[in-house]
Amino acid sequence: MLKINDLHASVEDKEILKGINLSVNAGEVHAIMGPNGSGKSTLASVIAGKEEFEVTKGNVVLNGEDLEDDSPEDRAHKGVFLSFQYPVEIPGVSVTNFMKTAINESRKAKGLEDMPAKEMLKMIREKAEMLEIDRKFLSRSLNEGFSGGEKKRNEIFQMAMLEPKLAILDETDSGLDIDALRIVANGVNKLKSKDNAVIVITHYQRLLEYIVPDFVHVLHNGKIVKSGGKELALELEAKGYDWIKNEAVV
Amino acid sequence: MAYTEEELKKELETKEYEYGFYTDIESDTFPKGLNEDIVRAISKKKNEPQWMTDWRLEAFRIWEKMEEPEWANVHYEKPDFQAISYYSAPKAADPNKSLEDVDPDLLEMYRKLGISVDEQKKLQNVAVDIVVDSVSVATTFKKTLAEKGIIFMPISEAIQEHPELVKKYMGTIVPKTDNFYAALNSAVFTDGSFCYIPKGVRCPMELSTYFRINEGGTGQFERTLVIADESSYVSYLEGCTAPSRDENQLHAAVVELIALDDAEIKYSTVQNWYPGNAEGKGGVYNFVTKRGLCEKNAKISWTQVETGSAVTWKYPSCILKGNNSVGEFYSIAVTNNYQQADTGTKMIHLGKNTRSTIISKGISAGKSQNSYRGLVQIGARAANARNFSQCDSLLMGNECGAHTFPYIEVKNKSAQIEHEATTSKIGEDQIFYCNQRGIETEKAIALIVNGFSKEVLNKLPMEFAVEAQKLLEISLEGSVG
Repeated sequence: MLKINDLHASVEDKEILKGINLSVNAGEVHAIMGPNGSGKSTLASVIAGKEEFEVTKGNVVLNGEDLEDDSPEDRAHKGVFLSFQYPVEIPGVSVTNFMKTAINESRKAKGLEDMPAKEMLKMIREKAEMLEIDRKFLSRSLNEGFSGGEKKRNEIFQMAMLEPKLAILDETDSGLDIDALRIVANGVNKLKSKDNAVIVITHYQRLLEYIVPDFVHVLHNGKIVKSGGKELALELEAKGYDWIKNEAVV
Repeated sequence: MAYTEEELKKELETKEYEYGFYTDIESDTFPKGLNEDIVRAISKKKNEPQWMTDWRLEAFRIWEKMEEPEWANVHYEKPDFQAISYYSAPKAADPNKSLEDVDPDLLEMYRKLGISVDEQKKLQNVAVDIVVDSVSVATTFKKTLAEKGIIFMPISEAIQEHPELVKKYMGTIVPKTDNFYAALNSAVFTDGSFCYIPKGVRCPMELSTYFRINEGGTGQFERTLVIADESSYVSYLEGCTAPSRDENQLHAAVVELIALDDAEIKYSTVQNWYPGNAEGKGGVYNFVTKRGLCEKNAKISWTQVETGSAVTWKYPSCILKGNNSVGEFYSIAVTNNYQQADTGTKMIHLGKNTRSTIISKGISAGKSQNSYRGLVQIGARAANARNFSQCDSLLMGNECGAHTFPYIEVKNKSAQIEHEATTSKIGEDQIFYCNQRGIETEKAIALIVNGFSKEVLNKLPMEFAVEAQKLLEISLEGSVG
C-alpha cells in the first residue's frame, strides 16, 4: 500500500529526514517510535504533503502512485488521513459542518454527488456512538475549547467518517487519560481492516498495549535505525532510547 | 431560491466583480457641476413643493461652508464635486406605469442582478423598490401593503402624496448640518425609499430596496426614511451594486429610522458596490450616514454585510432616547485588494435601562485596510444603561491591516459596559488541516470566514443570508496562496 523510498526532506534547508525506507501493506499496523526531534512528526507531515517541507530525494508511493505532485487534498482524496498531534481550532464551524464539507469535497473529487443528508446523519450517528461521543459535541465549533482528550477523540471520529486507506496517528495518545485512551484505541481497532493500514506514531509503549502493532520501527536522527515486532516496543520501554542511539553511532 | 453546491461552484469560477455590467439604457442626465441652479433644477424635475426646494437650498448653503472630513482612517483622492452629474434617470422609467411597461432593458438588468420583480419575489414575500441612478423605477406589492395601511414608495412620490409625514420626520434624525455628506445629500438627493408602518401593524413581508448606479460620471444620493409607528414592526433590506468603471463613483446616502414607542425596525444591508479592480483603480466611494431613533421600549437593529466599495465611511447608529429602548449593530466588513473601510456604529444612550449590543467582524485581505470605529455614549440620565461590544478581526496574508477605534464616554455611574476584541489570522495550519481532510484552499477559506462571521450572518433574513455568504466567498477569492 505505502512504499517510502530513501526519503530525504528538509525545512528551511535543514535536513530532517535523511533517507527513510518503509513498506506498509494493507491490513498492517506499524508503530514508529523514537525520541523527541527524531523526525516522527515530519515524516507524518511529508506523507500528508505539507508544503513547508521540501522533499529533496526519494519518494512516497501510495498504491503504486508516486505522490510527489499531489496536493494535500489530492492525497486526502486518495485515502491518506493524518490524525494531528495538535488539531487546530476553527471557530464557528461545527464538527458536523466540517465533516459534511470534507466528505462532499472528497466525493466531488471522485465525481460523485453530495452524500444525501439522511445517509450523512446516519453515518454520523453510528460513528459517534462507536466512539462514545455525545451528540451535543458535534454541534460545537471544531476543536474550540475542546479538552486534549476531546480533540483526539474528534480526530478519530473524523477518521471514522472519512474511512481512509492509510491512517497516520501522530501522538494520538498524548494528553489522553486512560479511559479516553481506551476509547480511542477501541475506535481505531474497530476501523482496522484487511484493506487499510495504520501507522501509529508514539513516544510510549502505552498506546501499543491497546493498538497492537505488527511492526515497530525506531526513528533516530531522520533514519529508521531499528525495526522489529511488537516486542521491540517493550524493550524500548524498559531500556529507553539511549541504547538505540549508541547502537546507531556504532 | 434553493442554493446548491453547483451554484456555488459556478460562482467560484467567476473571478471578477459579477455585477460589473453596464446596461445601455437611454438616460436623462444633468450637466456636471453643482450650484443653486442645479439644486433648483433637481427639485423642479421632481415637481417638488416649494418647502422642499427651500429645504434643499438651505442644505446646499450649509454644505458650501463645510469641509470634507478627514478624521477617518482612509486615504483617497477627494472627489471633485463639480465633476459629477447630480441627476441621471433612465429615460423609459415612469413611476406611474405598471411593471409591464418597464423598459425590457431594465428588466434584463434586474435579471442579471438576480432581482426578479415578478413571481419569484412574490413567493418569497418580499416587496421591492428599485432605484437606478437617481430615480426609483419599480415598486412592487404596493397594493398588498396598502391594505394594511403600510406606505412603501419612492421618497419622491412620498413628498407628493404624504408631505405631512415627510415634512414631520425628514432631517430630524440626520439634520442637514450633521456632516459634509449628509448636507450634500440633503441638497441633491434624487430618490430613495419611504416607508411608514401604522400603529400596531406588523409588516407581513420583508421590504427591500435595490440601489444601482448605472450611468458613468454620476453620483447617487439616495435618501431613505423609515417610520415605524407605535407597536409596529418592519424588516427592511437594502442591496447595492454598480458596474465596474475606471473612475470613482460617489455614493452619499442618508438613512433615517424612527421607531416610536414599542416599535421595532430591523434594517439589513448587503453592500456590494464595485470595489475597484485588483490594482485599486476605480470603485465606489461610499460615504453614508445612517441613524435611527428609538422611543420608549423601541428597538432598532442594524445588520450590515459590507463587501464592496473602494472606500467606505459608514456608521449606522442608534439614539436610544426612550427608556428601555434597545439598539443593535451586527456588521461584517470585508476588504480585499486596495479597499479601505472605516465603519462602525454609535450607540447614544439617553433613556433609562437602555441596552445596546455591537458585534463587528472585520475581514481584511490583500493590501486592504479595515477599521472599526465605534462610540458608546452613556448620558447623565441614562441610569442602568448597558452595552456589550465585540470586535473581531480576521487577517489574511501579511499586507493588510485591521484597526479598532473604540470610544467610550460614560456620564452615569450605573452604566455597565463590556468591550471584547480579538484579532486572528487565517493560519497556514488551519488551511493545511482543512486540506488534509480533502478540502481545497479556497473552500477552506470560505469555511473559516463563514465560521468567523456566523454570529452576524445568523441575524440576516434567510434569503439574504445565503446571498451574503456567497458574496463573502466571491469577495475573498484569490486572496490567499
